[in-house]
Amino acid sequence: MFQHDRLNNEITLLQKIKSLDYILLISVILLSALSVFVMYSTDGGEILFHTKNHFVKLAVFFPLMIFVAFFNIKFWHNFSYIIYFIVILLLIYVSFFGIKSSGSQRWMDLYLFVLQPSELMKIAIIMCLAKYFHRIKIENVNSFTSITIVLTIIIIPIIFVISQPDLGTSILIALSGLIILWLGGLKIKYFIYSFITFLISLPFIISFLKPYQKLRILTFLDPDRDPLGAGYQIIQSKIAIGSGGLNGKGFLKGTQSYLDFLPEKHTDFIFTLFSEEFGFIGSVGLLILYSIIIFRIVRIGAISRSNFARLFCFGYAFAIFIYIVVNLSMVLGLLPIVGSPLPIMSYGGSSMLATMIGFGIVLSAKINHKQMIA
Amino acid sequence: MIKSNSGIRKTDVINRRMFIIGAAKVVVFVGIVARLFSLQINENKKYLTLSDKNRIREWKLPPTRGNIVDYFGNVIAGNLKVYQLHIIPEQVENFNYLLVRLKTLLNLSEKRIVKINKLKAELKPWDSIIVSENLSWSQFVKINNYLYDLVGVKPVMTISRNYPFNDVYTHVLGYVSQPNEQEILENEIIQERFVPGMKIGKLGLEKKLENHLIGTNAIQRYEVNAYGKRINQLEHQKGEQGSKIRLTVDTEIQKACGELLNEKAGSISVMDIYTGDIIAMYSSPSYNPNLFLFGISQDEWQLIRNNPLKPLINKTLSGLYSPGSTIKPIVALSALENKVIDTKFKVKCTGKMELYGQTFHCWKEKGHGWVSLKNAMKQSCDTYFYEVARLLGVDRLNITAEKFGLGKKVLGDYFDNEKRGLFPNTKWKKNNLGKGWVLGETLITGIGQGYIQSTPLQLCMMTAQIANGGFAIKPKIIVDSNPISYEDAKQSMESGLLFDTDSEELLDKKLFKNQKNIRIVQEAMFASTNERFGTSYKSRIDDPKYQFAGKTGTAQVKRISKRERELDLELEQIPYKDRDHALYVAYGPYVNPRYALSIIVEHGGSGSKAAAPIAKKLFKLIIDRHDLRNKQSNFERITV
Repeated sequence: MFQHDRLNNEITLLQKIKSLDYILLISVILLSALSVFVMYSTDGGEILFHTKNHFVKLAVFFPLMIFVAFFNIKFWHNFSYIIYFIVILLLIYVSFFGIKSSGSQRWMDLYLFVLQPSELMKIAIIMCLAKYFHRIKIENVNSFTSITIVLTIIIIPIIFVISQPDLGTSILIALSGLIILWLGGLKIKYFIYSFITFLISLPFIISFLKPYQKLRILTFLDPDRDPLGAGYQIIQSKIAIGSGGLNGKGFLKGTQSYLDFLPEKHTDFIFTLFSEEFGFIGSVGLLILYSIIIFRIVRIGAISRSNFARLFCFGYAFAIFIYIVVNLSMVLGLLPIVGSPLPIMSYGGSSMLATMIGFGIVLSAKINHKQMIA
Repeated sequence: MIKSNSGIRKTDVINRRMFIIGAAKVVVFVGIVARLFSLQINENKKYLTLSDKNRIREWKLPPTRGNIVDYFGNVIAGNLKVYQLHIIPEQVENFNYLLVRLKTLLNLSEKRIVKINKLKAELKPWDSIIVSENLSWSQFVKINNYLYDLVGVKPVMTISRNYPFNDVYTHVLGYVSQPNEQEILENEIIQERFVPGMKIGKLGLEKKLENHLIGTNAIQRYEVNAYGKRINQLEHQKGEQGSKIRLTVDTEIQKACGELLNEKAGSISVMDIYTGDIIAMYSSPSYNPNLFLFGISQDEWQLIRNNPLKPLINKTLSGLYSPGSTIKPIVALSALENKVIDTKFKVKCTGKMELYGQTFHCWKEKGHGWVSLKNAMKQSCDTYFYEVARLLGVDRLNITAEKFGLGKKVLGDYFDNEKRGLFPNTKWKKNNLGKGWVLGETLITGIGQGYIQSTPLQLCMMTAQIANGGFAIKPKIIVDSNPISYEDAKQSMESGLLFDTDSEELLDKKLFKNQKNIRIVQEAMFASTNERFGTSYKSRIDDPKYQFAGKTGTAQVKRISKRERELDLELEQIPYKDRDHALYVAYGPYVNPRYALSIIVEHGGSGSKAAAPIAKKLFKLIIDRHDLRNKQSNFERITV
């Protein structure tokens, strides 16, 4: 114990910088740079509002990531519950005093920028559950009390997010939470039972969906039923991606986006624009870049001595993976349209903030991977 | 250590489960790559097409009509650059304000404003509305000066039909104007190429040859954004101008016809007696077809419509007239051919002829005395022809007349408004009027009155076929793919055979039993014009180069009462509508004849005073232009 404490105390700033994961860092920088170029393309080849703001956010959040990384992983472990509660409080605040926009109430005005607390919850829930499973004895994982507690931890934020309403984010939060339960050792049969229960109650759940959500599912099943209305986004997205071909139409030459056929091209459909301009090769390249990032995060988790760091890294890697999969499946017409951004690439401050904090904690785990947490 | 053990076990669980997830991740990513592959590689073509369909919008432009030229290549129906003003509704910020501005700038009428608003409601927002089809240069400049204030307005330079000779060819060419719904639906080609502002042929050759003249649309391609706004102009696909059509007509002669019939109602037709080429075909009065291009104003239309001389009627083709004495050459020929008379046959004219208590008058009250065929033709003695017709009978006369083209369409399908006319016989009367033929009717048929009706072009063709020695010709107004030169046509005719361009066979086109009879009739017509006491003697030309032979005619438009006959009124004293039609048919030069013509002056009085003098003026020009026409042998091959 003594040795570890000494080690911890003796890590200097220089050593911290040296022990950052540079492959991960370079991948994130590459992705950020790419995202600025793509944003520049969505602005029609000019440095306009989106490009500028996206760049400024990167410029602020990237140092923030390093800043987060320089805190000991033990610090993040200690504050996990508190952070979770703070974000819950923010969600409560938003549900009463939040800014409304296009029918939903998700945002709070922080004067400098508008924060979407549900995005932060994606990280907070992983931290909170990682800490819980770090502390609990393996024998107690499947006890009734324990399961009740973890389900409560997951359900509380989901209730707030779903009531905003924001189905996409709440699903992502739920999946991020569930993956920690899985990693933490919850019996496989519970997953199987709940999945069966979910399937059986699906018609019941659907009857609770809002009309526009039902429409999205119908549209997903048959986009051509209303090509100019509900099916428009997905049809145009598929046209853009499909017409990109092997090499793409070239940077700034994506006609679908340039001529405004693509909706939401800055945010959820950013991959569509990228894929139209850079084609199959570019798209696979982007997937490889994301895979490297995910792999590096998993690797950091694997070398971490503490289960908190391990759970967080594995959980966060899965979360990143699931964001990518949900987003790409949506724009490729494999899933119904649910609002979900593509990490780093999509325009949106809160999502980027959460992602960068996540990377920061992962890097902190790397720096302190020998750190044991009691 | 227990704690540590449990910690290690936990780590194992986490790692094992992580491995399972890792494997799942790879599977899912491979799935996504497969989906990308199927969209971007397998179905790339399909989506590329869809993407082009999204971004490219085509605008068809009106096709450019083919030119129509006369025999000498002069453009008689061409195209002109015009300045137009279009509005593109989707680009307009404030439509009402724009209309108010344009109204003051261009003096638009209230009706026009209503029409524009109606169009705006009917058309798609990116389709242009044509505000003004034909801006003057000063208006065009004015609009361009105020363009900064007229958002959504587009000054356009385009091509419009133009008839450089104005009213000279109206009845031949017809005119073009905007098609109505039925016309678009009836013609598939028009339907396919229609764009707002396009004009189609409404009458005459413009209508008949629509599918040849129409041309193909030029296509402008624009890249448009999702809201339909034009972003870039892409490649421009040129349209093809419609076929050029060459006519057989001679503008100089056609113009002269117009001048000679100035302020008269009537018609002049001129024909090549060997090739059947129509050299001129003028119906008077005419009107300016250019007025119809951009929508004729109500006032101008009423002026044309209400003109008592009826400019809208093509008198050459659809005017039906009694041929009067101009039928006499055919009556004489028929009698000779049927051996009813010979050159020595004489009749004593006392000024009238009694038949079953009915009196048939000769135009000359005192009578002509004993007359033979030549004298009877020369002085147009009616009594002689009453007697000849009586001997001949209407049925035999009918056969000869129909052989020479009476009672049949001359130009076939080319003109919708061409009339067949009528040459009666006993059977016709029985079938159509349900009564038996009366001998008295034969008598008046013999002087070209009664049931008989003919168009001026029929009379021209009849004369041409007498002039060429009695051979059938096929009149035409379009220079076709196998034109026969004047010499070839003449030669083959003189050999008694004619090369038929349709069946490509040499056909016997003889219209006579004995060509001597044709000669006799020709000589009698010559006498009528060139010997003293001939009815058209005053209009003769002595110079053998221009000398022509002809026959006058005066067609009564109503029965002359006894009182009127006694009064013997001067032309000016008779109401216009009751005056006789003046007719004249002729061919020339008498030696080696080349052209035949027919002239009709409605209500002009006698043929010798009103019609024959016109022929004198015209023949000089026609024959002077013969050499020029002959040199114009560079036949352009046009398939119609």
